[in-house]
Amino acid sequence: MDPLIVARWQFGITTVYHFLFVPLTIGLALLVAIQETLYVRTKDVKYLKATKFWGKLFLINFAIGVVTGIVQEFQFGMNWSAYSRFVGDIFGAPLAIEGLAAFFLESTFIGLWIFGWNKLTPKQHMWSAWMVSIGTAVSAFWILAANAFMQYPVGYEVNAATGRAELTSFLDVVTNKVAWVHFIHTIFLAVLTAATLMLATSAWHMLRDRKDAVYRFSAGFASVAIFVASIGVAFSGHWMGQVMTDVQPMKMAAAEALWETEQPAAFSLFAVGDVENGRNHINIAIPRALSLLATNSLDGEVLGINPLQAEFEEEFGPGDYIPPVGTVYWSFRLMIGIGFALMALGAVGTWLLWKQRIADTRWFHRLAVWALALPFLANIFGWAVTEIGRQPWVVYGELLVRDGVSPGVSAGEVLVTLIGFTLLYGLLAVVDVYLMKKYAQEGVTDEATADEVAKALAY
Amino acid sequence: MEFDLNTLWFFLITVLWVAYFFLEGFDFGVGILLPFLGKDDTDRRVMINTIGPVWDGNEVWLLVAGGATFAAFPEWYATLFSGFYLPLFLILVALIARGVAFEYRGKDKRPEWRAWFDRAIFFGSALPALLWGVAFANIVNGVPIDGAKEYTGNLFTLLNPYALVVGVTTFVLFTLHGAVFLALKAEGTVAEAAKALAKRLALPMAGLGVIVLVWTFLNEAGDLDGTDVAAVVASVLVALAAVGAVLAVMREREGWAFVGTGLTIVLVTVTLFLYLYPAVMPSTTEGVAGLDIYNASSTNMTLKVMTVVALIFTPIVLGYQAWSYKVFSKRISREQFTTTKS
Repeated sequence: MDPLIVARWQFGITTVYHFLFVPLTIGLALLVAIQETLYVRTKDVKYLKATKFWGKLFLINFAIGVVTGIVQEFQFGMNWSAYSRFVGDIFGAPLAIEGLAAFFLESTFIGLWIFGWNKLTPKQHMWSAWMVSIGTAVSAFWILAANAFMQYPVGYEVNAATGRAELTSFLDVVTNKVAWVHFIHTIFLAVLTAATLMLATSAWHMLRDRKDAVYRFSAGFASVAIFVASIGVAFSGHWMGQVMTDVQPMKMAAAEALWETEQPAAFSLFAVGDVENGRNHINIAIPRALSLLATNSLDGEVLGINPLQAEFEEEFGPGDYIPPVGTVYWSFRLMIGIGFALMALGAVGTWLLWKQRIADTRWFHRLAVWALALPFLANIFGWAVTEIGRQPWVVYGELLVRDGVSPGVSAGEVLVTLIGFTLLYGLLAVVDVYLMKKYAQEGVTDEATADEVAKALAY
Repeated sequence: MEFDLNTLWFFLITVLWVAYFFLEGFDFGVGILLPFLGKDDTDRRVMINTIGPVWDGNEVWLLVAGGATFAAFPEWYATLFSGFYLPLFLILVALIARGVAFEYRGKDKRPEWRAWFDRAIFFGSALPALLWGVAFANIVNGVPIDGAKEYTGNLFTLLNPYALVVGVTTFVLFTLHGAVFLALKAEGTVAEAAKALAKRLALPMAGLGVIVLVWTFLNEAGDLDGTDVAAVVASVLVALAAVGAVLAVMREREGWAFVGTGLTIVLVTVTLFLYLYPAVMPSTTEGVAGLDIYNASSTNMTLKVMTVVALIFTPIVLGYQAWSYKVFSKRISREQFTTTKS
């Protein structure tokens, strides 16, 4: 057994799992902070009840996001020590800054938020919610800045004497365009994810004729958030596609199953590929659409997989530099498809809100409940494109994944921890789903004074 | 000892571990004591709520210590965590279990639900309290590392008598620190039981502490450099702090007792890091020196960037963490939980 394979599965499982919770945390932190602000401004108890109800779901989810994040901090050293030695001079700093600037903020103010209802003034309490929200966003930026170095390394040079990448410009590292486009995309998809949960939960209650003002308000609020966020996701995604065409043409070519360079390039809707021979059996495509998406011009050139492979071989020697095309191609399509489906859902909800029919349009409620899983799936498909599309590189153009693994750790050891983490995470998933369902279905509760809320949320 | 950025970052990482052990030390202790001092569910809720608002912030000191090690001494980060692989895995599992348990325990009223999470809090606190001691004993004492900076031992290399004794000592020390914290933060039955238990733990803690300090000195005695002399001085201070803690515990001066156990933790950590300096992971392999603050470090440029970042953020973090402790400075009593429905 090859430790590389087991280590890759471990990173994939623990990171995908972590990212099921992360967007919901970032998104709900922001939406709850907005709702608490509405309460502090208007003193309307409906907003307080909403803050508390969504806040409870937020906390259940936040707990798993936090604890699975601990593994993320250490597993580079555990399973990827050669990678850590190679990139540490650049990659460690954003991780440390994430802890210092974001984790402290989140963890301290979440404590103040949970336990401070009757100890802080309403304004201080509201600001605690905002500090948590800012903390989650700052955390997203720094971890994506670290990841961006793997996608598009900048601000460094490889020192021949030490055999590692060394920092030449920290400014280049933090202004990496991949970091920023991923950050913006992530913030929007986080809001999209959280708003979908909010809409689906409210719709579930309205289907059961629970007409509490909180559900009506939340459904409208969430619909607008979904609509706005999905537009943001689409535009930032489009920008991301252009950046990737520029910095990782192989990823875009794989995402399009574009084997040969085309000018103008067509956008594939459905393809059946022949990876062995580097071509497609069937390809239904919209002429010129890929050129428009990738280069903002109707006759831009988009590079294909086969010529890129030849280029890589020329530069780095013989080898297979093609990521798993089928996985990347279909992940890309499913992600985009879901994004547009959610945009439609948000548009319909916003329109129903405008027409004041959002509380009693039952088919919309049913649709919304079914939509709950969609953003989570799209988030995973998106990361599949980004990370599987980067293969076989761990630092694009600098270090191969197989050269990053810990040489001193045996396959058996990695397998033990893989099984351990998977079982533990599986158990946590069961408990989390049970609690999310319990509290989501229990619905809005009536504690209205700060003391009552404090008691309801304490341990 | 030359004061350069590498030394500064060795110092800062020492500070991060000192803060981590001081802060998480008492919430490990509270977790370890949960089954012993929490006679009923209300008592256990009192105990957990004494650390409720702060345990998560305390744990971030560990994450930042990890991140800072990665940033400033990537080779140390890589060798340590790939080398101490299975103990670290156990620590991670423990921290995950207890973190979730704190948050989820109160979310369901069934006694068996709470009992499971109580177990998770106990084991999730006990295991790291022991294993961090084992890990640091091995770091200071040295482990087999080859010329490529890779750890070449196995799990049983780490479970040597010295390391296990240090592990038991940190376990007892954190438990006592937690008992003293509960005496300070809880009210009524929990606080009384905590005081009684602290009296029984104080002398064993001091005894174990002396054994560890002497044993560590003997390990290092063959080759004492300037900072090792400082380490010996610090050891004497540890002994004084521990004696102070014992006296304060016996006289039920819980405020002073907490200062005493806290200082003991701080000074023990400082002592170990002073013995370590300027190495970060000495090798016991013949002809291999192992990792030190120079051959394990990042470039000067990265260290400079990180220094600026640390100078900006550390005071801010200390400010709001202190404020949070002030907001939650009141004692926790049973009455807070018996009047509520949930």
